[in-house]
Amino acid sequence: MTDQRSQAEIVRQSLKKRYRKEKRFRFYGIAAIAVALMSLVILFTDIIGKGYTGFIKTTITLEVPLDGEAMYLDDPTDKDQVSMADFQAPVLAALQQYFPEVTERADQRELSRLVGSYASNQVRDLLEGNPQLLGTTQTMEFLVHDTVSVYVKHADNPAYSIRLTEQQQAWVDELVGKGVVETSFNDVFFSRGDSREPSNAGILGAIIGSVLTMVVTLVIAFPVGVAAAVYLEEFAPQNKFTDFIEVNINNLAAVPSIIFGLLGLAVFIGLFGMPRSVPVVGGLVLALMTLPTIIISSRAAIKSVPPSIREAAEGIGASKMQVVLHHVVPLAMPGMMTGSIIGMAQALGETAPLLLIGMVAFIVEVPDGFFSSATVLPVQIYLWASSAEQGFVELASAGIMILLTFMITMNALAIWLRKRLERRW
Amino acid sequence: MKLKAAIASVALAGSIAAVSTPAMARDTVNIVGSSTVYPFATVVAERFGRNTDFPTPKLESTGSGGGLKLFCAGIGTQHPDITNASRRMKKSEFEMCQSNGVKDIVEVKIGADGIVIANSKDAGKMDLSLKQVFLALAKEVPDPKGGDKLVANPYEKWSDIDSKLPATEINVMGPPPTSGTRDAFVEIAMEGGCKTFDFIKAMDKKEMKSVCHSMREDGPFVEAGENDNLIVQRLAQDKDTLGIFGYSFLMENSSQIQAATINGVEPTPETIADEDYPVARSLFFYIKNAHVGVVPGIKEYAEEFTSEGAWGDNGYLVDVGLIPNPRKTRMDVAKNVRKLKPMTGNEL
Repeated sequence: MTDQRSQAEIVRQSLKKRYRKEKRFRFYGIAAIAVALMSLVILFTDIIGKGYTGFIKTTITLEVPLDGEAMYLDDPTDKDQVSMADFQAPVLAALQQYFPEVTERADQRELSRLVGSYASNQVRDLLEGNPQLLGTTQTMEFLVHDTVSVYVKHADNPAYSIRLTEQQQAWVDELVGKGVVETSFNDVFFSRGDSREPSNAGILGAIIGSVLTMVVTLVIAFPVGVAAAVYLEEFAPQNKFTDFIEVNINNLAAVPSIIFGLLGLAVFIGLFGMPRSVPVVGGLVLALMTLPTIIISSRAAIKSVPPSIREAAEGIGASKMQVVLHHVVPLAMPGMMTGSIIGMAQALGETAPLLLIGMVAFIVEVPDGFFSSATVLPVQIYLWASSAEQGFVELASAGIMILLTFMITMNALAIWLRKRLERRW
Repeated sequence: MKLKAAIASVALAGSIAAVSTPAMARDTVNIVGSSTVYPFATVVAERFGRNTDFPTPKLESTGSGGGLKLFCAGIGTQHPDITNASRRMKKSEFEMCQSNGVKDIVEVKIGADGIVIANSKDAGKMDLSLKQVFLALAKEVPDPKGGDKLVANPYEKWSDIDSKLPATEINVMGPPPTSGTRDAFVEIAMEGGCKTFDFIKAMDKKEMKSVCHSMREDGPFVEAGENDNLIVQRLAQDKDTLGIFGYSFLMENSSQIQAATINGVEPTPETIADEDYPVARSLFFYIKNAHVGVVPGIKEYAEEFTSEGAWGDNGYLVDVGLIPNPRKTRMDVAKNVRKLKPMTGNEL
């Protein structure tokens, strides 16, 4: 009796300690989650804080006198004349309407630098398309130079005005006051490829490049991965050789991605003579990288189909192939797709293997096929982040937001598919 | 049945995508090479694509050495047409080109760039001599106790080298060996500082090079990859760190960082062009003559690059930080480009 009581006593005495222990343990868990959430919040605030200005463009609307004499042009249909003509002159003349006092050549240069270098091309394109406009005055909207753009967007922060002279700042302030320089939604960002001028740079080229690359990856990796998983799970004999294959597939999943880039360089470009920087090669390399992930998740999905389903099918006389194609694969499909989408999301964010096959490149034109030069989203972000101009900082962050949107969409799709199609036995 | 058809069609599409036509004809100029020339070349490429009927050339930033390796790998559209370099082609690279059938190469000297050693504006401005730079960053330095003996670099703080320098740890970020900036820094700054010691200068050439060109590997010098922007960001955050990079990056980020004066000379466009500033170097690109006419636009791109409107004293490349060649040099180089006059190999 005494013994028992003392035991209860011991328990009661240690109870407090045990409760404390448990509380501490729970606290550790909460702290871990808090740390993870905090880093996520910090990351997002930083990216959004830096990047939201990337979705804003700064434009200047001017009355442009298309004076033939000033441009040394009297026939816009004559190609030779067009190639020699000075299309910057009307832009400068339009700016001078606001600042007639600027007559020195050096000052005029400073003034015309407020407008981006695409302005003269806009004038040329307008005249080439409509030769009858020569001699008239047209209202045209131009993108401002990127230094002006960051200055306008960060008017309260002196660190962003460093690349403009004081004279230029005064001009810009006046133009903003008059409503000539305005900010609006940056549609350029979504409709162009890369550029060396931040105001003219767009992410469309990289988005298309990513889509093309992912299509190739999916088309190669999904059927091959599923076929391999089905064979290994349903048909392959259990022996040393299949064990060896299994070990190697698991190994392959852990191989650093740069190795796949080296392989792609040696095999696809070196041996097959495929061109550098094209989505086909990028897709092939990423397919190799994604393959193990797809095989492993597909095998897990097939394994989770209960044997009773197979036995029932076989019991009513289905052949092995009918069992697999009519029952096992359809039932395992949600799991397979989830695995593939997660593998693809991983491939979407990959840059290292693409470096070696030349997809880390400056490409202005939006790719139009599987064999035209392209970059992908993460590469574009990297290229912008490593450029010197201030305007690229916001574009890099805006690009990250786009990439994250794609990632979140893909992962959400994976979760939705699992919830929607998953069956429990 | 539907599923079967779907699997079959996906597999078919896969096999179609996998079969390619090797060594296709190319209509875009491919350019590789130096990350220092990259900002200039991309600006030219973009303007070229916009103002002519040719497609915009494709540029990869591979480093000078990496670019020359790709460039010299052979003739054929899978190899690049032009490579940029932030140092001159080496004799050995020229020979590699020759042995791979890349015979006629046009050298184009596009201008100059200074290499700066910079730190955050929050810290004091450094005034260094090449000798101090060498002592701070070399793997082996002359024994501080005196005598003509080399010892493993013992210096930990700048003040250990010269009491006039700040008492902060030596912590310098610089480019990796694939970079032309590194090559140029080692050849100009390190060797320059190294040769101020008479006994090293008296060594035979090979031995001297191995002493002068070895950067220390015990921590104070950190290789930061080809991303010069990363170095700039680190400098802004950590005021005791110094960074080594091209002058154009200093110009773009002059709100955050400042350059050290070297041997008392401040890096400015004028001092770099005059070579008063001791760590200046020339920038180049190389054209593969065998590809001219096969890939459209190579010669026209080179002509655009070497036009007064681009690389002249008031050209658009000056806006992005290029330090132009003197007018006489520009005329000679531009003439060579228009004639596509190949190198003989003797000039290297």
